[in-house]
Amino acid sequence: MTKLDSKQRVKFYQKGTFTVGNRLVNKKERSVQASMERSNAITSGHRACQGCGEALGARYALDTVMRITKGKAIACNATGCLEVFTTPYPETSWQLPWLHSLFGNTPAVATGIAAALKVKGKKDVRVIAQGGDGGTIDIGFGCLSGMFERNDDVLYICYDNEAYMNTGVQRSGATPPTARTATTMPVGDEPGNVFGTGKNMSLIAMAHNIPYVATASVSNLHDLEKKVEKAMTYRGARYIHIYVPCPLGWGHASDITIQLARLVVDCALFPLFEAEHGAVTSSTPIRKKVPVEEYLRPQRRFAHLFKKGAIDVERIAKIQKMADENIKRFDLLRKEEETTI
Amino acid sequence: MFQTRIHGRGGQGVVTAAELMSVAAFIEGRHAQAFPSFGSERTGAPVVSYCRINNKEIRTREPILEPDAIIIQDPTLFNSLDVFQGLKFDGYVLINSNKNFDELGIKDAIKKIPNKHACCVPATEIAIKHMGRPMPNAVLLGGFAAMSGLLAFKSVEKAIQSKFSGKIGDGNISAALAAFDIVKKTTVTKEKKGKK
Amino acid sequence: MFEQIEGSNAVAKCVALCRPEVICAYPISPQTHIVEGCGKLVKSGKLKNCEFINVESEFAALSVAIGSSATGARTYTATASQGLLFMAEAVYNASGLGLPIVMTIGNRAIGAPINIWNDHTDSMSMRDAGWLQLFAETNQEAADLHIQAFKLAEFLSMPVMVCMDGFILTHAYDRVDIPSQEKVDAYLPPFKPRQVLDPANPYSIGAMVGPEAFTEVRYLAHEKQQRALKIIPKIAKEFKSVFGRNSGGLIHNYKLDGAKTIVVTLGSVAGTVKDVVDRMRKKGKKIGVLSICSFRPFPKLEIRKALKNCKRIIVLEKSLAVGFGGVVANNVMMSMQGTGVHVHTVVAGLGGRPITQPSLKKMLQVAEKDELDDLTFLDLERKVVERELKRERVSQKSGPIAENILRDLAGLKEIKR
Repeated sequence: MTKLDSKQRVKFYQKGTFTVGNRLVNKKERSVQASMERSNAITSGHRACQGCGEALGARYALDTVMRITKGKAIACNATGCLEVFTTPYPETSWQLPWLHSLFGNTPAVATGIAAALKVKGKKDVRVIAQGGDGGTIDIGFGCLSGMFERNDDVLYICYDNEAYMNTGVQRSGATPPTARTATTMPVGDEPGNVFGTGKNMSLIAMAHNIPYVATASVSNLHDLEKKVEKAMTYRGARYIHIYVPCPLGWGHASDITIQLARLVVDCALFPLFEAEHGAVTSSTPIRKKVPVEEYLRPQRRFAHLFKKGAIDVERIAKIQKMADENIKRFDLLRKEEETTI
Repeated sequence: MFQTRIHGRGGQGVVTAAELMSVAAFIEGRHAQAFPSFGSERTGAPVVSYCRINNKEIRTREPILEPDAIIIQDPTLFNSLDVFQGLKFDGYVLINSNKNFDELGIKDAIKKIPNKHACCVPATEIAIKHMGRPMPNAVLLGGFAAMSGLLAFKSVEKAIQSKFSGKIGDGNISAALAAFDIVKKTTVTKEKKGKK
Repeated sequence: MFEQIEGSNAVAKCVALCRPEVICAYPISPQTHIVEGCGKLVKSGKLKNCEFINVESEFAALSVAIGSSATGARTYTATASQGLLFMAEAVYNASGLGLPIVMTIGNRAIGAPINIWNDHTDSMSMRDAGWLQLFAETNQEAADLHIQAFKLAEFLSMPVMVCMDGFILTHAYDRVDIPSQEKVDAYLPPFKPRQVLDPANPYSIGAMVGPEAFTEVRYLAHEKQQRALKIIPKIAKEFKSVFGRNSGGLIHNYKLDGAKTIVVTLGSVAGTVKDVVDRMRKKGKKIGVLSICSFRPFPKLEIRKALKNCKRIIVLEKSLAVGFGGVVANNVMMSMQGTGVHVHTVVAGLGGRPITQPSLKKMLQVAEKDELDDLTFLDLERKVVERELKRERVSQKSGPIAENILRDLAGLKEIKR
């Protein structure tokens, strides 16, 4: 029987890309990803699509957790893309203890893990629960709310690619207005997913007054890692909502994942903020605002808004209004002092 | 085996009454089974509870269809249901009331019952006097002990103490004793200790 | 030590004696007193080193149990009826993952129509999910079975349901012997998990298994339950040597010697049947009763051995396979294949309808005359049924059946008065 290395060595294929962060930066300022010593919690060989935002988001988040906890973390996962592509039978890419139970119960499973650790006095071992937008916002909503309400010591991370991707791109409670999915087709004059629907899970998490809530995007690695790190310094229920583009589901080129993840922030459709006990404590201002169109155009799921010679001005304007409301709410266009590196 | 059925309304401690009876029997080293007739109980709704007492293991789990004794905690039930249904011909009837059978309008219903086996006792009034609360269940248990001779008063006392401590327990016991004395005067207790 | 105690409370105390580390539950009649009892023991400090978690649904309850058990903690929960169905996905998940969770089912009917009273529909709905299912005849046995259940579950690494009749047992005050902590500790060692989430030795649990291996996983679950047929009696025997009484095991036989008619049943009604058996035996009737304690695994061989020489078997069950007949009866028939012994199904007690000795006696007398149908609904109100069928024949808009019948019965009550 071949002896397997219990931990796979990190291999860097590309130099100087933004995915690992600038490795010329002062060591203290470097990202977790920039280090060869990172845990590589999701190791290579997983079966994610080319350009998958979730594969990035999960690895970024968990490597950070592993560093903070010195490798003492347990993860549980909802059914979904992440679960499927990381554990193609008979392999697994997880380098930490990992449990997949069902689609809608991940927060409750995490509660159980945390309770067992508590009763066994294992204070240093921390619990991460993860799921996609469907598993978090729709089917897992009840359990998530229950976990928040009890303030169980769990960090829940939602990887939001705005639809049920694993099952073939069906609409979820996180699908944005006008998006085309298999169950919200823009046939005739239909807009795709209709306006006036959808849940803002981060705001709902805030309404539970839990110790920490944050949003993050895979475009901003440092910000994401800082937020995960900060979350791990707290005890109790914490929630991080990470925006992860999906090339296959959204119909965009697989090499613009990071670009899209930046555009959604810069057009204000996805505000980056933190909240503690129900109150917003920080928001990241937009350095250079872009109109929502720039974000929508590269994605085929919004193609019907840009029909040749018949741009859907009205609906795009409505989307712009949503973005403008975010700007107002989180004061995203304020001028901040330049920070020196 | 001695089977008792207790009738009352939700909030009057009917279920506890059966439990206390079973605990009293247990204290005397006997087997006892107490259970309520379950329903979506609300305060004021008719409630029934049962207690079986035996010298050996009680295996049956059916409701008590032919009781040896009936305790009625609330006489207004006479208008709603036939509380006497299935009562054995020489069974016992104890009613919480300060009226007599005639005034209660049940003279015919208890016609066949032997003289000393039916009795009214003003349990609610006694309860208010001794406990300050109109809770007649333990009180009636005292009366029942006197009427049937099935349980020694000491056992009833210990049962009450096991469930209610301090002033509440003391109040219940003195009220039960008051009822015991009243019923003893009105009926003659046969030494029932030997009977099953 | 003997106590006069509510069945639920006896169970709570015995569960506590097993030193559970995590207890999680969502309230549902008739299990409420069990979890309240456990909660009180934790809060009062009598049950130490135990996390008691109030969850937001039954689905969450079993899911918390799954996470906890997978992390190596001895875990307990309880539910009934609608709650068991609400956690159905997790029920299959727990057994599929091989987690030794112990769960009490306070047997209750399943709606619609909504009904809070006792029958076995709930446990029967999950009979093929891969859990071991043990049925208690008395509150003493219910309490004892929980202690045995932890030992059984952890030995096999498979979850166990302890089934006790809702209200009839859960809410009855009985004389129960609550064992000492020392004896329970002697009988039940600390939990040694077969698999555990541990950063020191990480692995992934719960990954997808494809066509190439799924059958083998299922086969091994079945094989485990086959082994349980030998383990369950062993555990009961060990129980007797430590605690001094017979409790649990595969089946309980009562006066089967020379019996021409044998009633097969589960749960508390066995006690009522025993009284009927005694009465009829006094009159010279050769009747006996076999009560099944281990329903899963189903003790086919033991049942066949016990019943093969009788003339007729009457399966008295509190469950109904709509469109087919008896659930338990079906299992019994399979066990009796080729013996030529006829198996009758008597469905009784559905939705909490009392099973009385007079009704049982009447049914058995009919059976003795060889006049009992293959399928009988005990104490069925024929007239009520016929009136509803007539309503449906007369009009398409006949209305909801349950409400029609209730109105019918209320009307009858008025006439009677």
